[in-house]
Amino acid sequence: MTENGFEPIIVAFCCHYCAYSAADLAGSMRLQYPPNIRIIRTPCTGRLEVEYFMRAFENGADGVIVAGCEEGSCHFKEGNYNAKRRVNYARQLLSESGLEIERLRMANVSAANGRGFTEIIKDIVETVRKLGPSPLHHEKKQIKQEILP
Amino acid sequence: MIVAERKSIPEMVDILQSYKKILVLGCGTCVTVCLAGGEREVSIISSALRIAVRMKGLELKIDELTIERQCDNIFIEQAAEAIHNADAVLSLGCGAGVQAIAERYPDKPVYAGLNTKFLGILEERGVWTEKCSACGSCVLNEYGGICPVTRCAKRMLNGPCGGSREDRCEARPDLPCAWQLIFKRLKDIGQLDRLEKITMPKDWSSSLSGGSRKIIREDHRI
Repeated sequence: MTENGFEPIIVAFCCHYCAYSAADLAGSMRLQYPPNIRIIRTPCTGRLEVEYFMRAFENGADGVIVAGCEEGSCHFKEGNYNAKRRVNYARQLLSESGLEIERLRMANVSAANGRGFTEIIKDIVETVRKLGPSPLHHEKKQIKQEILP
Repeated sequence: MIVAERKSIPEMVDILQSYKKILVLGCGTCVTVCLAGGEREVSIISSALRIAVRMKGLELKIDELTIERQCDNIFIEQAAEAIHNADAVLSLGCGAGVQAIAERYPDKPVYAGLNTKFLGILEERGVWTEKCSACGSCVLNEYGGICPVTRCAKRMLNGPCGGSREDRCEARPDLPCAWQLIFKRLKDIGQLDRLEKITMPKDWSSSLSGGSRKIIREDHRI
């Protein structure tokens, strides 16, 4: 917890074939990384649309990271390239809307790179922590208890 | 197909900031195909607008709706309730759509969210090119199906101009020379003799210079 008590909430869209497995591996390796991320598993980052990123910000995310396979090794051949272009377009829209584009980024990480995954998460959390809370939401509800299925 | 492009978000916010509740109205025909004003773009642009107005500290409620065709009264009716409930409409249709909505709802401000660009085709994924200027009297038959009015920067009917470099246009190096294309096409279909004929100046009265145009089909009127 920082001095002003701000803990960013980062939505991490993770590809099932790489980043999600890397997150899993990071867990198995007992690697530490900030608990600020909310992982959403996707079949491929190419499945993601621009509106997903926009809605995440509208609904209270301080940052969004899209983590896909290394370039050239997408399970569906070009899904991560599609995601990259969509992230860039969403960044343009966010910039036009007045929100800092650094809050949204694309990362590439392989399934075998648990350590790389933790570095990427640490980096985005630090970036967003420096930027401060999303100006779209002044008050956030604190989650008191995890909802179990 | 009519090809359009969205206006910038700050431009749209400037237009809409005095209202409390607006409707972003998409069109499911041409502008959906050119990825400018269909259901998905309505969702994305509305989202960006919501973020932009909140960043400015404004209160603006944004409703979203997409109808099949904005240039047709039958489909416009489906939006009647949503339009009635809004203070203003931001139409993501082409220029014809915006005007059709405005004519149908005379007491409702209707604004254009898109810049309507041209009549064109999808060249490849994410690339649209202009093919027709709707000049009103088609000359394609004379030129092997390639329009010199639209695709030649100088609109020459008796080309080429002599300024092209390789097969590129003199005015715009990113454009292929229309007359090079016409020559190649007529050669391929064995109609090069068409180029021996001198074409007389075109009658532009059927184009926009004669005022906005109208077609009446008596056999279809009631």
